[in-house]
Amino acid sequence: MNTHTLPRPKAQVQPPKTQPPKTQPPKTQPPKTQPPKAPFSKAPFSKAPFSAARLTRTLLQETAPRAAFGQIVRNQARLAWRLPAGLIFGIGLPMLLLIIFSQIPSFHQAQASFGGLTPFDVYVPILIAMVIAIIGLISLPGPLVTYRDQGILRRLSTTPVPPSWVLAAQLVVAFCITITSLLILIVVSIAAFGLDVPKNPGALVLAIVLSIAALFAIGLCIAAVARTGVAARAIGAAAFYPMLFFSGMWFPRELMSGALQDISNLTPLGAAVEAIQDSMQGQFPPAESLLVLAGYALVFTLIARRFFRWE
Amino acid sequence: MKTPTAVEISHLSKAYGNVAAVDDVSLSVTEGEIFGILGPNGAGKTTTVECVLGLRAPDAGSISVLGLDPVRDAAELHPIVGAQLQESALPAKLRVGEILAEYRSFYREPADVGELIEGLGLAGKVKDYYRSLSGGQRQRLSIALALIGRPRVAVLDEMTSGLDPQARRDTWDLIERVRDRGVTILLVTHFMEEAERLCDRVALIDSGHVVAVDSPVGLAARASGGKSMRFVPSASFDDRLLTELPEVGNLTRNGSHVVVTGSGELVNTVILTLATAGVTARDVQLDTSSLEDAFVKLTGRHLHEEGIPA
Repeated sequence: MNTHTLPRPKAQVQPPKTQPPKTQPPKTQPPKTQPPKAPFSKAPFSKAPFSAARLTRTLLQETAPRAAFGQIVRNQARLAWRLPAGLIFGIGLPMLLLIIFSQIPSFHQAQASFGGLTPFDVYVPILIAMVIAIIGLISLPGPLVTYRDQGILRRLSTTPVPPSWVLAAQLVVAFCITITSLLILIVVSIAAFGLDVPKNPGALVLAIVLSIAALFAIGLCIAAVARTGVAARAIGAAAFYPMLFFSGMWFPRELMSGALQDISNLTPLGAAVEAIQDSMQGQFPPAESLLVLAGYALVFTLIARRFFRWE
Repeated sequence: MKTPTAVEISHLSKAYGNVAAVDDVSLSVTEGEIFGILGPNGAGKTTTVECVLGLRAPDAGSISVLGLDPVRDAAELHPIVGAQLQESALPAKLRVGEILAEYRSFYREPADVGELIEGLGLAGKVKDYYRSLSGGQRQRLSIALALIGRPRVAVLDEMTSGLDPQARRDTWDLIERVRDRGVTILLVTHFMEEAERLCDRVALIDSGHVVAVDSPVGLAARASGGKSMRFVPSASFDDRLLTELPEVGNLTRNGSHVVVTGSGELVNTVILTLATAGVTARDVQLDTSSLEDAFVKLTGRHLHEEGIPA
């Protein structure tokens, strides 16, 4: 039974490296009859929900070399680049709409019904919300569901790397694509199309981060319930279009009736547009819009955590 | 002193709904051996190794892999156990080299990738996308990923299904080299030839039960009631010429053929005895019993047809 003291392969293949012993704290073998406990590494992977805290713990715990996370992120980024639908819809389409809107002369005239803003001022926040929604609802869940469906996550779960690292890598890649797209969108709007520099950048960053958290959480929920990649895309699209309506894409929120605007304020994209627009105009967004976004982020993270399966 | 045990399965049971996939299976795999689990489709082979890998929790019984519980001690076990699963895909638009680099980074003492892919005939495929690989190439990549972490125990589930005969033999060579480095290999297969060629010991599994565990030769010997030969005599002879020999148990005539069963130095004795009587045995055929016979004899069933190599 001396194998108990050989928890790492290096003990077998080569003499132990001169590494500080901190990587493996002395472990007392629990008695065989002890029932499986809650910690992630000890539960069957298929029953382990993800959570930010657990993810951080497994990343820090060095169950696998930490460089592995970088490798996973690199390969996920390559896949995003080689299957560019996500890039086309997450970066290209909003840019195209931005350019079209910028070329409509009336879009640059202040309108009383928009409280003195131009339609272009009104549409930039809507496009920002749209980018976040496309990536969160459609680009993010698709690959995760496909990996689960094809057994890729299952295969990973036999390695030292927990499959949750792929989910984390997917979040990192989606976040980076979102930020890239938004930076291009905002910089081009300011530099080429005369948008005012956002007057409250701190609030803008907060509004965008909360919007990303809300929409990505909803995307993870879609990944949790959808069985196949095709189903995930269908659910994503079905959620996207009504949300986009309430963002004001077809009918700006300023023109909505009072009741419709109240509903819009409670939808993820309605609240996102409200918070982003206000911070671009220099005000601190109403607490209500930020709370709505935070609430979506929290509730949908909990739901995703409850229902997400690795197999 | 007893050789240490790498994998100990005791009284494992696992059911899906009302269907028992594995029913009270006990096996003991010694360190450094190639242990085969052989049986027809649906016998419970895959379920057994999935429990060994911690992918499924047993309903009853216990499993110990290098002294660790596959479910409870997953974090300790994953770095030292390599797995090749049936039906596990990889992202279509990643290149072979990128996949290997990713999996290699998961382990602290990874194998030499060049040597590994050379042995598996994938050296020219490093820049190819996974989706452009043939079924056999995907299978070999899957084996490479199972071995890339220099595991102490490798679990290979139907590793050569979908491979052409040459690739299959190359893979067997590689697995033997891996075993020679001291790695314990748990091999699920329904190929008779593979089990006979590779395995030190084989467990025959049928309908969730272990039918027998022995070396391939030992199993084959259990199946045969002895040896058997058939020939066409050049001239007629009296049956008693042979039946009185101690080596001969039985003699039957089948048209022009004579079939003799017995034991010991049956063939030499029969041919010499006939020769002294002036009879030549022509078209001599020997029936050597195989694992296939053992399986049929022990279970009353045939393996999947693919299992009988041409």
